[in-house]
Amino acid sequence: MSATSTTLAASDWTGGKSPFNVSYGKLMMWLFLLSDAFTFSGFLIAYGLVRFSADSWPVPEEVFNAMPFMHGVNAPLIFVGIMTFILILSSVTMVMAVDAGHRMDKKGVAKWMGWTIIGGAVFLGCQAWEWTHFIIGTGGGGASLTWNEYGPASFAAFFFFITGFHGTHVLSGVVINYLVYYNTIRGVYEKRGHYDMVEKVGLYWHFIDLVWVFVFTFFYLV
Amino acid sequence: MSTAHLDNFTDEMEHDDHDHHEQSFISKYIFSQDHKVIAKQFLISGIIWAIIGGLLSVIFRLQLGFPDMDMAWLRPLLGQWINIDAATGLGKLDTEFYLALVTMHGTIMVFFVLTAGLSGTFSNFLIPLQIGARDMASGFMNMLSYWFFFASSMIMFASFFISTGPASGSWVIYPPLSALPQSMSGAGLGMTLWLVAMALFIVSTLLGGINYIATIINLRTDGMSFTKLPLTIWAFFLTAIIGLLSFPVLLSAALLLILDRSFGTSFYLSEIYIGGEALPNMGGSPILFQHLFWFLGHPEVYIVLLPSLGITSEIISTNSRKPIFGYKAMIGSMMAIAILSFVVWAHHMFVSGMNPFAGSIFMLLTLIIAVPSAIKAFNYITTLWKGNIIFTPAMMFSIGLVSFFISGGVTGIFLGNAALDIQLHDTYFVTAHFHLVMGSAAFFGMIAGVYHWFPKMFGRMMDRKLGYIHFWTSFIGIYLIFFPMHYIGIAGFPRRYYSFTNFDAFSTFTDLNAFISVAAIATFVAQLIFVFNFFYSIFKGKRATQNPWDSTTLEWTTPIEPGHGNWPGPIPKVYRWPYDYSKPGAKEDFIMQTVPYAQTPESNLPHEQELAGLEGKDDNAIKVD
Repeated sequence: MSATSTTLAASDWTGGKSPFNVSYGKLMMWLFLLSDAFTFSGFLIAYGLVRFSADSWPVPEEVFNAMPFMHGVNAPLIFVGIMTFILILSSVTMVMAVDAGHRMDKKGVAKWMGWTIIGGAVFLGCQAWEWTHFIIGTGGGGASLTWNEYGPASFAAFFFFITGFHGTHVLSGVVINYLVYYNTIRGVYEKRGHYDMVEKVGLYWHFIDLVWVFVFTFFYLV
Repeated sequence: MSTAHLDNFTDEMEHDDHDHHEQSFISKYIFSQDHKVIAKQFLISGIIWAIIGGLLSVIFRLQLGFPDMDMAWLRPLLGQWINIDAATGLGKLDTEFYLALVTMHGTIMVFFVLTAGLSGTFSNFLIPLQIGARDMASGFMNMLSYWFFFASSMIMFASFFISTGPASGSWVIYPPLSALPQSMSGAGLGMTLWLVAMALFIVSTLLGGINYIATIINLRTDGMSFTKLPLTIWAFFLTAIIGLLSFPVLLSAALLLILDRSFGTSFYLSEIYIGGEALPNMGGSPILFQHLFWFLGHPEVYIVLLPSLGITSEIISTNSRKPIFGYKAMIGSMMAIAILSFVVWAHHMFVSGMNPFAGSIFMLLTLIIAVPSAIKAFNYITTLWKGNIIFTPAMMFSIGLVSFFISGGVTGIFLGNAALDIQLHDTYFVTAHFHLVMGSAAFFGMIAGVYHWFPKMFGRMMDRKLGYIHFWTSFIGIYLIFFPMHYIGIAGFPRRYYSFTNFDAFSTFTDLNAFISVAAIATFVAQLIFVFNFFYSIFKGKRATQNPWDSTTLEWTTPIEPGHGNWPGPIPKVYRWPYDYSKPGAKEDFIMQTVPYAQTPESNLPHEQELAGLEGKDDNAIKVD
């Protein structure tokens, strides 16, 4: 019978099945991420345009050089480096969770989802500290959406808006990850027979990670 | 029996297994997850919005055509927006409200009628029926899509009833006008509500679009390859992709604008003086907003037009009793249009001070769109050529679309020219151009679709005679409105001006303006014939037969009023493309997509005869569901 479907249905695109062999949910997640990528691109392009038409722009190494509990130490981009590392690590644990899902290993999924949630939460905590430090400043009046001690007002406005928009994504990701974690513990996916849901949130989580790489590059490195 | 890769597919169909239990009124008609009900919700909402949007245009046409008219009689409707002159006692339309009228007319027609009303109706209705699916991939998301649209509609509608009036910075909401609440009364709360409504609208569009794409890719019935899809589905598919990639950029633009308006940032603002006083905003760029906006704005034109072109392909082929001419060329040109639509946005900004070299690049890309568009126009005409044309109302409107598409498209070549655009930019020439090629053409496609698929939606027929009256009054009316506008535009009339009586140069056109206004009012009144016909036929129309237009596509294999799940038995298999009309040798002048080649030896071409041999072996293959 599978032979007959190869005679007429010579390709995967002749109907009656998913051509990419994925569930509609996963396909939708890919489509959503594609559109979300365009939203972020819109912001980053706006940022680039304003930045390059400005007369001067702060040097990130001089602005983001603080570490918690180490007042007065000049540690350029060290803290944000740690943050980035934590977020990337949480993507690794997400890969482990998806892998455990393929093996139908409930305990493994729960464990690695747990670490992913912790990673996301720690990243958010770090960002909260980074924002607080940026707002309070180093004696020059700090920063707000309309003004900052480091240079053009747009610098802080874009920083708050784009890292904030990304942070909102991380926050929603942590919440969704928690729901999936909770369902895993309750055995919902085990009963369902597959851990597709973990893969879907995994896609979202990796996307957030990837976006951060761009945000990090544009705001801290360039 | 199924092979391993079908298991996944079967899983997805699980949610369709609840066909037979009783549904309450609320879950059946209000919070319905059935694509057919959601389509009707979109359609009726779209019709209501179209009436509101049309009414707004009638009010501002009164002002433009009869600037000296006493409008005091409109006070019961417009209240404070009609100012009574203390000396003469004459009622005058408020100047700022005039701007709100043109803004809301544009917003409503482009987004609420021709995006949500058109795609929302026909993508939802036809995708599952024509590809052979029980429902959309996610009925729940589909329902959410409608209710986000509904919430958006309510907020936009509410903005009419606030004391400062609705948004009035035109539908393109360029900052700084839209970013500074002190710039005009409509830039206050009205603008905020506009932005909130549009943000919800974008969410609705994305929920819908993601669903359409996933459904078309994943849920086609057995045999329904992409080259056997009706052109309607191709059009909806490409429309959804365009929307998926362009609306998020509008979201970016809108969010940055919200911050500029409400949180004091300067993304779009720099070096502005109001009343001689400098604003603190520095470093932003209003041109940036234009780029972000038109990156959506231009694809949006095709989001509006492509579904109508798809609907027209289907109707013209069916009612010419001929295969569509150049099926693959049609798909190719729609793809070309879809891709090109993303790289031409700056032709809206030729006069924004952009580099002339960039202007010439965008001009070149813009003019290239004429090629696939012309291919489509010629294919419509060649499909009609020597056909057995049946002039149903749907067919009349489809041919009307082709007419508008050509006469409006030709002026697009003028406007795409960066040098000519210096003269024509923001004049009534532009208004005439896009109202013909995108407004009226897309509107005619939508109306044609309603006439054509009404029997499938409601199990009854719409009245033909009223349909013909509706067609001729609309068709002639639209040309009477927009043809003279070209002359007014060439003469230099700018768009969005409240009054031209202050300029001597324009006084020779006073009669023409009055003429346009009369035509516009008559055309608007003619639409009420359609509204009556539509609602009357839902309840009292003639009962439809199963396949009233002798069409080939899958939706006509369902019961006259398909229930939840569309087909009572298994989903039919598809063996052939959707345009086997008047095939030489065939018994009838159409062969349904579900008829195997093995059953039609008399009309098979040699390569089809070979396929017929293969079909036999496939007979024991059991349907997925």
